[in-house]
Amino acid sequence: MKIDNESLAPWYFTIGIFVVWEAVCRLFNVSDFILPAPSQIAVAMVRYWKPLLYNSFVTLWTTLAGFLMAVAFGLFLGLVVGWSKAIYRGLYPVMIGFNSIPKVAVVPILIMWFGIGEIPAILTAFLISFFPIVVNVATGLATIEPELEDVLRALGASKLDVMRKVGIPRSMPYFFGSLKVAITLAFVGAVVSETIGANAGLGHLMTQAGSNFQMPLVFAGLMALAVEGIVMYAVTALIEQRMAGWAFRSQNSAGG
Amino acid sequence: MIKLQDVALAYAGRTGPVLALDGTSIDVARGEFAAVVGPSGCGKSTLMKLVTGLVKPTRGSVEVAGAPVRGPVKVAGMAFQNANLLPWRTVLDNILLPLEIVEPYRSQFRSKKAEFVARAEKLLDTVGLGGFGNRFPWELSGGMQQRASLCRSLIHEPQLLMLDEPFAALDAFTREELWCVMRDVWQRLKFTVVLVTHDLREAVFLADTVHVMSARPGRIIESRRVDFARPRDLEICYEKEFADIVHVLRNKIAQVRQTPAPVEAAS
Ligand SMILES: Nc1ncnc2c1ncn2[C@@H]1O[C@H](COP(=O)(O)OP(=O)(O)OP(=O)(O)O)[C@@H](O)[C@H]1O
Ligand SMILES: [Mg+2]
Repeated sequence: MKIDNESLAPWYFTIGIFVVWEAVCRLFNVSDFILPAPSQIAVAMVRYWKPLLYNSFVTLWTTLAGFLMAVAFGLFLGLVVGWSKAIYRGLYPVMIGFNSIPKVAVVPILIMWFGIGEIPAILTAFLISFFPIVVNVATGLATIEPELEDVLRALGASKLDVMRKVGIPRSMPYFFGSLKVAITLAFVGAVVSETIGANAGLGHLMTQAGSNFQMPLVFAGLMALAVEGIVMYAVTALIEQRMAGWAFRSQNSAGG
Repeated sequence: MIKLQDVALAYAGRTGPVLALDGTSIDVARGEFAAVVGPSGCGKSTLMKLVTGLVKPTRGSVEVAGAPVRGPVKVAGMAFQNANLLPWRTVLDNILLPLEIVEPYRSQFRSKKAEFVARAEKLLDTVGLGGFGNRFPWELSGGMQQRASLCRSLIHEPQLLMLDEPFAALDAFTREELWCVMRDVWQRLKFTVVLVTHDLREAVFLADTVHVMSARPGRIIESRRVDFARPRDLEICYEKEFADIVHVLRNKIAQVRQTPAPVEAAS
């Protein structure tokens, strides 16, 4: 594998940012209550590696649980909504309305219903992330080329046939494409919910550390969040490429 | 095979009904090769949809194979200007698609797969795509995709083939080559064909009868038989009689394009 400057550029920039950060903190003598230097954060990460790891794990699993629920439900609802124009027209405004509610507002309700714990985090992750999946799957189904549908219907294909042979395979790239967005949202949902009320998770750890004025630990939590977010995004992006590669390839060739 | 009597069709447009066809009558005999020409937007594609039962006429009757059309006719092969192949299937699997839908092939699809594949490969050979079955559509040029699309419309040996400007997007040489492919396949299998085209030479070269439509709302205003002996050679395109027919048809269409389209709705 050839490693060129371009593929290393992200690393240069990341390291550069940390170096500048460290320099600014030292030069201006910034108090670590305001902005801890990367070196202090690193110290905190080493010192508190156990709670960091444990809470990262909790956040990971609540995010993934909510995300998987969103995938199952989103796929199902997307297929239903994309099935017919009538359902699409009827359900779409309802879903838009639902989606425009800031989910943070729902968290206290969930906590009242289910108590402090992991369930509100999972449900928030789910509620916030299923929408893009539904929209993408439904769009994939709704944008079948009418001529292709004519070809199939003139052969006597039923609606189910059209869906199985064309609609569903066709909407798969849209579906996998939406996973990247969905996992990011699920992560936001889980962390927000943990911040508002939970007894574990990175959000919880950070609020606790914050109220104890342990700023380096708060930032260590942020770092853990960043790493976790990047990893989950990268994994879903990889899945997308693997599962719907034909869509990328056919697009490339259509352009050329 | 096809009989339309005094058919009208209005689309529900956004600003009120759009009358696409009005008073259209057409007769196509079994095994006949019919071509339909006419100015753009006159309702040719609409006519195809009516015959295949994809839309219902607002007025009049549509009969295919002696029975009134009530829903999609179920046995027609169709090909359009865009090849519309499925990008996630290989060319071969694209061509086999109709066999996964039309009975009796559908229920035999698993057991007779090998036979069907052989059949598809033979068809690929006839259109000059031999050996390309395992490629994906996006690995093919536009002309090759169009050939594959023709194969897909023919694989189930339909009694009725509906072609809506299938050669329109091709270069002149590929187009003429595909005319010959079409001519040979039709000569061999003798199904009924309705070909919509803007290319009058194409219509006259391939068809037994050329139907000319008026501007919208479309009607058949002239049906002209073309009696050149079969099998026809591409050379006939350069004969005087051929040029004469094309010329007459051209003038006819130029004339209907001149007549102002009737006013939509008084607004
Ligand atoms: N779904 C639709 N809704 C409303 N109007 C339509 C619809 N489809 C077609 N029309 C109208 O009906 C008329 C005939 O359309 P059609 O597609 O049959 O024309 P055409 O002869 O095939 O044109 P072209 O030669 O450009 O392909 C057009 O004027 C078009 O505006
Ligand atoms: Mg048309």
